[in-house]
Amino acid sequence: MKLEKGIPLIDQHDENGYWGGKFGGNQIAESLNYPIEELTREFEKLRNDKTFIAERDFYFKNFVGAPTPFIKLENLTKHLGGAQIYCKLVSKATGGAHKAYNAVVHSLICKRLGKTYIGGDTGAGYAGKMLSMAAAKFNLKCKIFMGAKDVERQSINVFSMRSYGAEVVPVNSGSQTLVDAVSECMRWWTSENEEAHMCVGSTVGPTIFVKICAWSTAQISREMKKQVMDEFGEVPKDMKLINCVGGGSSAAGFWNEWIDYDNIELIGVEAGGPEGSSKHAAPLTNDSPIGVLHGATQYVIQDDQGEIEETDSISAGLDYPGVSPLHCFLKETGRARYTSASDEEAIEAFQLVSKNEGFVSPSLEPSHAFAEAIKIAPKLSKDTVIVVDSCGDSAKDSKIIAERLGYKI
Amino acid sequence: MTSSTLIKSFERAKEDNRAALLTYTVGGDPDKKTSLNIFKSIAESGADIIECGLGHGANIGDGGAIQDSTYRALSGGIKTDDIFEIIEDFKKDYETDVIIMTYQNKIMAYGEEDFLEKCVSSKVSGIICVDWPWPLNLDFAKKCKENSIVFIQLLCPTTNQDRLKSILNDAHEVVYYISMLSTTGQKLKVSSDEIKKRFNLIKKISPDKKCIIGFGITADTINDFKDTDACVVGSALCREITRSIDEELNPATNVGNMVSDLKQKLSS
Repeated sequence: MKLEKGIPLIDQHDENGYWGGKFGGNQIAESLNYPIEELTREFEKLRNDKTFIAERDFYFKNFVGAPTPFIKLENLTKHLGGAQIYCKLVSKATGGAHKAYNAVVHSLICKRLGKTYIGGDTGAGYAGKMLSMAAAKFNLKCKIFMGAKDVERQSINVFSMRSYGAEVVPVNSGSQTLVDAVSECMRWWTSENEEAHMCVGSTVGPTIFVKICAWSTAQISREMKKQVMDEFGEVPKDMKLINCVGGGSSAAGFWNEWIDYDNIELIGVEAGGPEGSSKHAAPLTNDSPIGVLHGATQYVIQDDQGEIEETDSISAGLDYPGVSPLHCFLKETGRARYTSASDEEAIEAFQLVSKNEGFVSPSLEPSHAFAEAIKIAPKLSKDTVIVVDSCGDSAKDSKIIAERLGYKI
Repeated sequence: MTSSTLIKSFERAKEDNRAALLTYTVGGDPDKKTSLNIFKSIAESGADIIECGLGHGANIGDGGAIQDSTYRALSGGIKTDDIFEIIEDFKKDYETDVIIMTYQNKIMAYGEEDFLEKCVSSKVSGIICVDWPWPLNLDFAKKCKENSIVFIQLLCPTTNQDRLKSILNDAHEVVYYISMLSTTGQKLKVSSDEIKKRFNLIKKISPDKKCIIGFGITADTINDFKDTDACVVGSALCREITRSIDEELNPATNVGNMVSDLKQKLSS
């Protein structure tokens, strides 16, 4: 399996949609073949359409708030005493995370397809919240599928989605979490695809959804490349880009422009779950078996019967049993390195970063990435630059973190 | 050969001047023993071919009623080997053909070769795999053929003409037409006439292939499909199993009664 230079990562799949001839694909029911072909055709046209790109950039700039800041974490660097630590503060994007990019692009595509209805899945509620926001802005009817357990746990986000006019559908099947919400959303689209468009909330699902999502979040590294040049005048010789990986959408976007730079190390951090627990959401780190989930071949946490196993992570956004085919491919080619951080390490990282930096207070997802930075930075020289993608703000997790630390809110 | 027995089931129905009746229930729902009894009762009530679901929790094609059945089977600890045992036991006493309907990850997790070996030893006649579309399924379909198992290709209303021809060209002797764009068990949202029009188109391209019509067929509409090759009723039977369990009745008897009624409506 080999990575090609000069070709965007999202285009390095074969004619059947497999990266490295193995990951991804369109393992879908025959009734989804037509809408997926239609979407694939339309997206290939749109990504080369200057008007569409201008429209995307307009909304990214004026609604999502591009570019997000690129800053040095002076205090944390001093505290750890090793590599210089920088941060791409994606949490400053509208809505407090990177999910807005994909939501805006899908809404624009939906309009171009002449469809008036959009549906999507959500776990922690962020993908759903951003999609509802975008749908309201673009006058689209919106339906969000969410596991019944998550509806209960993330009631504030459910309230927001409903405020934006979205219909939130609690999914009662299986574990009643994200994995079931995605299944139900795909079932809904199977029935409604003549009138409706589907947005998959991460770089997962059939090939075209992986591509659209990574194409959207690539905004993160496009901005950052310029910011890195402004800061250093050149691409630093020794640079490490650390990102958390659940489905893998923010990491795909954060790394996109840097894939061809061999001297830049890409590190993905998965959710290791509670310390000592065998339940985790780290299929890449733990070499989970390869399987088919939601239409694509990938590493999947599953039992010997092919049944998807429940995952456990303090971070709802990383709590997914599969992982993007893009990351399976980057792992297999050796281009990216994957590791995991436990719930406890993430909480400690959150505390250390918040205390030292104030303006940067990562949500539990990027706290996993910070945990790895904190682990390796002291051992590295001052010439090494570590950049962490702080892709979410802690405000959404305040209750969970406070409870964990013994505060009552 | 196993495959020719499947074709014979269609031909026997044709001699009766009706379509073949296929039933779908989830193997192992609600448990191994009851599931076997349900199959026996279905066979005795006159179904021509039994579709046995090898359920998958993260399925993307099943409607609510079948999901409930799948959930009951899986949470009862049913494993793939149990499904093969149920079929093997059933085939000891009954000639009725059994085909397995499942999802790709179940076959992958079991191992393609092992899965086919088990299909052969438990006398499975055919396989339908919902999320393994043409042409990605061609290698596996070939392996099925080598084991005299019919791999049943799926077609649907939005399969365009070129694709339809290509799929039919590669298909084994039986195909499955998904009558409408939906998951299983939803209300029929296209007319029976429209479905038959598509059926006739398929038959015009491939007169020798038997075409099963599925999705949305109930006791109310089944007679409309009398002149076709075969039709499937699934969700209504799964719902009947759920009702029987809830009301502490015998699911095998009740499902059997329902199948008799369907058979009669299909024959009248």
